[in-house]
Amino acid sequence: MTADVNNIGTSLDFFVIVAIALFVIGAFGVLTRKNMIVLLMCIELMLNSVNLLLVTFSKYHGAADAQVFVFFIVVVAAAEATVGLSILIMAYRNRKSIDIELFNKLKD
Amino acid sequence: MSLQIISIILGSLTIASALMVVLSKHPIRSVIFLVVTFFFISSLYILMNAQFLAIVNIIVYAGAIMVLFLFVLMLLNLNKTAEPESSLMVKLSSLIAAGGLFLVIIAALKDSILLSKTYAPQNEAIGTVQSLGNLLFSKYVVPFEVSSILFIAAMVGAVLLAKREKQIID
Repeated sequence: MTADVNNIGTSLDFFVIVAIALFVIGAFGVLTRKNMIVLLMCIELMLNSVNLLLVTFSKYHGAADAQVFVFFIVVVAAAEATVGLSILIMAYRNRKSIDIELFNKLKD
Repeated sequence: MSLQIISIILGSLTIASALMVVLSKHPIRSVIFLVVTFFFISSLYILMNAQFLAIVNIIVYAGAIMVLFLFVLMLLNLNKTAEPESSLMVKLSSLIAAGGLFLVIIAALKDSILLSKTYAPQNEAIGTVQSLGNLLFSKYVVPFEVSSILFIAAMVGAVLLAKREKQIID
C-alpha cells in the first residue's frame, strides 16, 4: 500500500490541473453571481484551490513547509469569513437585500 | 483499481461539485455543494499523504466555516428576494475571461511542471501531526503568533460590526 501511495507522484500534474480548474471556477462565480454570500463562498473556493496546489507541491518536493502555509491560509480564510459575514449582516440591515448591485452608494 | 484512477475520479467529482456551487440558483444548495467540494478536496489530501490537513480541512471548513455560512443564510431569510440574473453579456464575457485565465495558467505551466516526471525522494511521514507540529513551533513560530493576533482582531471586528447600532451609540 505504501509503495502505491508513493507512486501517486506520477499523476501529480492532474492535481495541479484540478487546483487551477477550481480557482477558475471560483473566479467565474465571483464575476457572474450577484448574491454577496455566494461571492464569499466563491472566494473560499479559490482559497481552497490554492491550498490544494500547496499540498501538491509539498508532495512534489517531499517537504512539509507548504503544509504549514496551508494552516495559515485556513486561519486567514476563517478570519475573512467572520468579518465578511458580519459586514454582510450590517449591509442587509441597511438595505434589506444582499444583492451587490444595490451596494453602489460610494459611486453616487 | 489503481490509485491513479481513484484520484482522477475524485478530482473530476471535485470539479463537478465546484461547478454546481457556482451554477445552482439557490444559495443553500450552493453551501451544501461547497461542503461536498471540501470533502472531496480532503480526499485528495489523503491521496497525497497529507492526512492531518485532510482532517483539519473537514473540521475547520466543512465543520465551522460552512456552518457559519448556513447560519447567516438562515438568519437573513432570503426566500422572498430572488437573486436577479446576470445579463447574458456579463455571463459570456466572464466565461471568456475565466476560460482565458485557465488556458494561460495551463500554458504557462505546460513546459515546467506538467512535463517533469522527476520527484523528490518521498518521505512518508510528511503529513503527520508530529512533523507539522515540529515545523509550526520551531521554524514558523512567529507567523503562528501573528496569526493569533489576526484572529483576535477578526473576532473583535466581527462582534463590533454585527452589533446593533443603538448599542454602539450608547
